[in-house]
Amino acid sequence: MAYAITINGTKRTLDVDGDMPLLWVLRDELDLKGTKFGCGAGLCGACTVHLDGQAVRSCQTPISSVGTAVVTTIEAIGNTSIGRRIQAAWLNVDVIQCGYCQAGQIMSAAALLAATPHPTDTDIDGAMTGNICRCATYTRIRAAIKQAAAMSSEDVKGL
Amino acid sequence: MIMRTTHSSRRDFLKVSAIAGGGLLLQAALPRFAFSAAAQPATLNAFISIAPDGTVTIMSKNPEIGQGIKTMLPMLIADELDVDWKNVRIEQADLDTAKYGRQYAGGSTATPLNWLPLRRVGAAGRQMMIAAAATTWNVPASECTTSSGTVRHATSDRSLTYGNLAAAAASLPSPDLNTVKLKDPSEFRIIGQPLHGVDSPRIVKGQPIFGIDVKVPGMRYAVFHKCPVFGGKVVSANTDAIKALPGVRDAFIVHGGDDIQGLRDGVAIVGDNWWLINRARQKLQITWNEGATASQSSAGFASNATELAKGKPAQSLRSDGDTATAFTQAAHVVEAAYTYPFLAHISMEPQNCTAHFRNGKVEIWAPTQNPQPGADMVASTLGISSDDVTVHMVRCGGGFGRRLRSDFMVEAAYIARQTGTPVKLLWTRQDDIQHDFYRPAGFHFFKGGVDANGKLIAFSDHFVSFSRGSSFADSANLTSTEFPAALVPNLDYGVSLIPLGVPTGPLRAPRSNGLGFVFQSFIDELAHAAGKDPVQFRLDLLGPPQVLPGQPRFNTGRMRAVLELVAQKSGWGKNSLPSRTGMGVAFYFSHLGYFAEVVQASVAKSGDVTVDKVWIAADVGSQIINPSGAENQVQGAALDGIGAALGQGITIDRGRVVQENFDTVQPLRMNQAPPVEVHFLTTNNPPTGLGEPALPPVLPALCNAIFAATGKRVRSLPIDTTLLAAT
Repeated sequence: MAYAITINGTKRTLDVDGDMPLLWVLRDELDLKGTKFGCGAGLCGACTVHLDGQAVRSCQTPISSVGTAVVTTIEAIGNTSIGRRIQAAWLNVDVIQCGYCQAGQIMSAAALLAATPHPTDTDIDGAMTGNICRCATYTRIRAAIKQAAAMSSEDVKGL
Repeated sequence: MIMRTTHSSRRDFLKVSAIAGGGLLLQAALPRFAFSAAAQPATLNAFISIAPDGTVTIMSKNPEIGQGIKTMLPMLIADELDVDWKNVRIEQADLDTAKYGRQYAGGSTATPLNWLPLRRVGAAGRQMMIAAAATTWNVPASECTTSSGTVRHATSDRSLTYGNLAAAAASLPSPDLNTVKLKDPSEFRIIGQPLHGVDSPRIVKGQPIFGIDVKVPGMRYAVFHKCPVFGGKVVSANTDAIKALPGVRDAFIVHGGDDIQGLRDGVAIVGDNWWLINRARQKLQITWNEGATASQSSAGFASNATELAKGKPAQSLRSDGDTATAFTQAAHVVEAAYTYPFLAHISMEPQNCTAHFRNGKVEIWAPTQNPQPGADMVASTLGISSDDVTVHMVRCGGGFGRRLRSDFMVEAAYIARQTGTPVKLLWTRQDDIQHDFYRPAGFHFFKGGVDANGKLIAFSDHFVSFSRGSSFADSANLTSTEFPAALVPNLDYGVSLIPLGVPTGPLRAPRSNGLGFVFQSFIDELAHAAGKDPVQFRLDLLGPPQVLPGQPRFNTGRMRAVLELVAQKSGWGKNSLPSRTGMGVAFYFSHLGYFAEVVQASVAKSGDVTVDKVWIAADVGSQIINPSGAENQVQGAALDGIGAALGQGITIDRGRVVQENFDTVQPLRMNQAPPVEVHFLTTNNPPTGLGEPALPPVLPALCNAIFAATGKRVRSLPIDTTLLAAT
């Protein structure tokens, strides 16, 4: 059936099976490939997106459950100050190895900083432990989250 | 258009050609890897192009799997070319070994393979720029200097940019790669700088650069369901019923061959949305002929190994001195049985491949570590020439050795030929975990004897491993030079083999990732039996600096130095630690790198293990090419090893893998990840690679730390924390 959802600020209407997870709607129906498939079971966090600013696993989110919630993906996270700061910190710290999980890591980190602007190590553990990085770039992810938290919006103007 | 080809030797030559816009193209034939056993004919390699605006484009020839090669190899060229990194653009090369030489990611070989050859490519380019400027100005080349992509003649105060000179340079004789002048390391401006990953700006924005993101017009999606028992054959399947399900365009049986690495039997389902066809897959009803491997299980292997260990090894690998007599003369004799499990690679990006077959040729977009064998296997499976297989190498979401195998490429190509449309095959995580080429399990039955002075005088290992056909299963072997061979007067290594139907293959630091654990843990047991400090016992065992016989050559002095450094940096033996907290040490030599590591771990009364910190000292030669990437690799490898020790093991039951997803195969997570302090000891040796050698020592260092904390010895992985609970 048809679903009208708001993704990255744009209203999209889709005629798909209501059980189809948001992940596959994004990737195969809307060609937004930044959100990644890792496990299909909500265990790895590679598919993390925001629903009304909350980090959710899109592989476990049927399109029929999205309703009027605003969907934000990695492609648009840079439109927010927090997202831009995180992207800048990720580059400054040179976090990435293979990079496959990093969209999900960034989305989880953005939700964390929105709720907790200056997270402790325990906060970071709590928000990020659902996101597996098989390359184990955790030391740098932690450092980048702290760096992003310490930045001002001015620091990332024009990025 | 190729304007000139100058052969300077049979194996090394440089081609110069003009490109559109008056640019310069350099291609170089590179000498064969010095460490390689297999002699190959001379091959072509890297190239540079320089646009009139001074933009330098450097082709990156090897697959990027997260090891940072797409950044690191071009650094070698750019530094010697003497251009600014900000003016360098890097492009991923397609598979073309005639043009680029061997293209693969494995064995931590890219650094030792390319350190001099790619620098020479850059230096040759710089020399040509100077020659072009000197000719233009009619001055001696020796009076010209370069910096930041500009040639200067100080005496006449003139300068020209590389962009200005590129067209002229292309018309000049090309230098001999063997005699081009390389920079003194003190002149490096890019090599040695902590440069950031060149694809990272795209990754943080979610741009579609991975294999799974490939999109080709008219493309369909495919899943491929293989027999859960390795090597099982399809008897029949309900493909007609599957075809009737929503979203399914086609479903068909594939009859594969018997090559364990090649196309296997299964059922393919094709459609327009991957989720729909994967849902249809749940309705598959297949009758399998499971075959002989259905009788194999991990429990059976373990009992088989225990039985075999009661007898003598079927084959001796090494026998020095008189071990039997030496054990009778030892003051203390220790016997211990160690084991490690099968492991899956679990790259974050599930295996996938996109293929388009038309007019007898196939075009492939593959996240592969090893494109040429993949192309060859596709060709032989489809009955076409390798020349009719085009492979675009796409960024890999992790590799760890899994993508050295080409099964996913062959499956995609075969399905694409059947459908006649472009097809993207994508595996599920369950496919990935249950159809891997596993790190083989292993069983080691050790005996060691120390004399009254605490000196190791006798050592034996009966290794029960696996065979395939008449030889070791892939990555299941032990060599006669495994440490402490040649350093103990009486030493026996022998093997007995169990036939295996489960596919095995290289996993990050193949062989070493298991052998490091067992040998360095048992050495620790012997240190305690000798009443010696574990660092001191190892230093005594290494003895005075010497190079031991065998390949690769093991320099005990280099290992001593990193062991002493890591002891110093970790405060070994100096810190008073809380109850149930301990430090463990281990070292391992693999992939030409010398690594000594200390782990501090705490064990709760429940038995739960917390890794507090890791210290690493490493000697990979004279130059860390990219310190940022290097530290990242070393930290990641150590944490990878800790993750494997704590939460990973593949169990075989009735010929199939029990585990399915990340709930039962657990990579390390953020809340488990300790700080990892990395110290590079630079020595006057050729630079070597970093993707793998940091991994092997961390597992025994962790287990030795657990012993120090609890007095309990971990002899089996993954660590069973219930055995560590306070009693």
